[in-house]
Amino acid sequence: MEKVAIIGVGQSAFVRGYPGSIRELAFEGFKEAMEDAKVSVSDIDASIICSAPEYDKQRSPSGVFAEYLGLIPQPTCYLESLCSSTSTGLRMAYSLVKSGLHDAVAVLGFQKMSEISSAESQERMGRGADIQWESPFGTMMPAYYAMFAKAHMEKYGTTLDDMALVRVKAATYGPINEKALFRKPVTLEMFTDPNHFMSGPVAIPLRVGDCCANADGSSCLIVASEEKAKALSKKPVWIRGLGAASASVNMAGRDLVTGLAVARQASEQAYKMAGVTPKDIDVAEVHDCFTISEILAYEDLDFAKPGEGKELVKSKETYKEGSIPTNVDGGLLSKGHPIGATGGSQIRTIVLQLRGEAGDMQVKDPEIGLVHNIGGVGLYGNVTILGR
Amino acid sequence: MSKKKEIDDRFKKFGTVSFTSVTKVNDFIDYLEKGKVMGTRCQDCGTVFFPPRADCYHCLSRNVEWFEISGKGKLVSYSKLKYAPVGFEGDLPYSIALVDYGDYKIFGRLASDIPDDEVRLGMEMKTVVNKLPNGQLNYVFEKA
Repeated sequence: MEKVAIIGVGQSAFVRGYPGSIRELAFEGFKEAMEDAKVSVSDIDASIICSAPEYDKQRSPSGVFAEYLGLIPQPTCYLESLCSSTSTGLRMAYSLVKSGLHDAVAVLGFQKMSEISSAESQERMGRGADIQWESPFGTMMPAYYAMFAKAHMEKYGTTLDDMALVRVKAATYGPINEKALFRKPVTLEMFTDPNHFMSGPVAIPLRVGDCCANADGSSCLIVASEEKAKALSKKPVWIRGLGAASASVNMAGRDLVTGLAVARQASEQAYKMAGVTPKDIDVAEVHDCFTISEILAYEDLDFAKPGEGKELVKSKETYKEGSIPTNVDGGLLSKGHPIGATGGSQIRTIVLQLRGEAGDMQVKDPEIGLVHNIGGVGLYGNVTILGR
Repeated sequence: MSKKKEIDDRFKKFGTVSFTSVTKVNDFIDYLEKGKVMGTRCQDCGTVFFPPRADCYHCLSRNVEWFEISGKGKLVSYSKLKYAPVGFEGDLPYSIALVDYGDYKIFGRLASDIPDDEVRLGMEMKTVVNKLPNGQLNYVFEKA
């Protein structure tokens, strides 16, 4: 069986108010990935440009980026699955390479969220749900995830402190990730101090500290065929398993409110394709858009039984030294969440970990890594398993 | 002289801010005005839909009929918002919620007059039409 590799990864720093246009932002991640892969634009056969629409004015950014990045006349297209856009891009790149149509494909994710206000951004994100039947009630992402949090607390006894501990863990690694937006430590006391901004309610039970922040950023992955990877790369990282699923956009169509069905379905597919079990995963990146999301992810990925996700963070098993290090790059909570760039950043982290190039964040000798990347409120789920 | 065709945009009346104006289920708004919250049922295969749909994905039929949401459902979960998206600031604070009727579930808001300490997951609720201060219509969940 012909394998498919990731031979280059890059990302911009995730920041507030990137001082440039979206094509310039895209160049940041692209440059790093191309230099990492040590390839030139003539080596790239096609590009896939990924973001969530409507945060900037550019319609059809793929053509604009392809030209700016020197990737014309090669084919390009725009692809989105909200916050999981780059993972979906990787899945498509895998298919293009595996089919033999192309030998090397660049997957580029970006988002410049600072062009609009936070409230406008919440409105955009709310419209990533059902605009006909839900958005007219005044929905936004934190409130949807708050409903999952409330149901999980009620059913399993998960507490506000358990959720805060996820943020405390994320903030352990934010300071050592030079690409992260939020680089200060966070303590449990900040969540219980009514005067600290972290404890401010957003959508009950979620507080400011339970939510990741909007950011500007780009990320890029260079995907190559086995032959090309072996010719060009000293440390190719292989795509071992891919899983993806979708769910009802309206909460009315969800049977599960204490987990995300798409993550369960996507991870089952990915584990099966890779021929591994959750116990084989040495390092993971999960979609911690909110603190509760990471607890749900532990359970949906079968790192823990339903209801027992909180124990992994309480016992520090998901810290760098634990049995299943998770989000040791700070996660979305510390890095910030430039929607279309997030999946590529998660994949970059795992690639660097598997190569042993993660610096201060490096876990001990990982062989198999996993990326869990969710779009919308469990609307799209992608799970990717990578190996050395 | 051709007469300009009138656009049936009744759905723009749904919710504080509607993002949809034209839909095949515009009659939903007429029913709201009559105090009724309605779903649809496929006349060919019997599948029940809420939110209402004009098309059945089960049997690809377009023969759907309206039915009234009645009786009680159970509160699955909810969240009280302290911060709102653009256009909804005037409604704060408000709670979005999901109620399970067994054959279908309904996403909406909790009635604003239910005291916080009386809201319990699993509690029985009914769905009622609500007129918003800006003249728009939606529905809310009240204690049953």
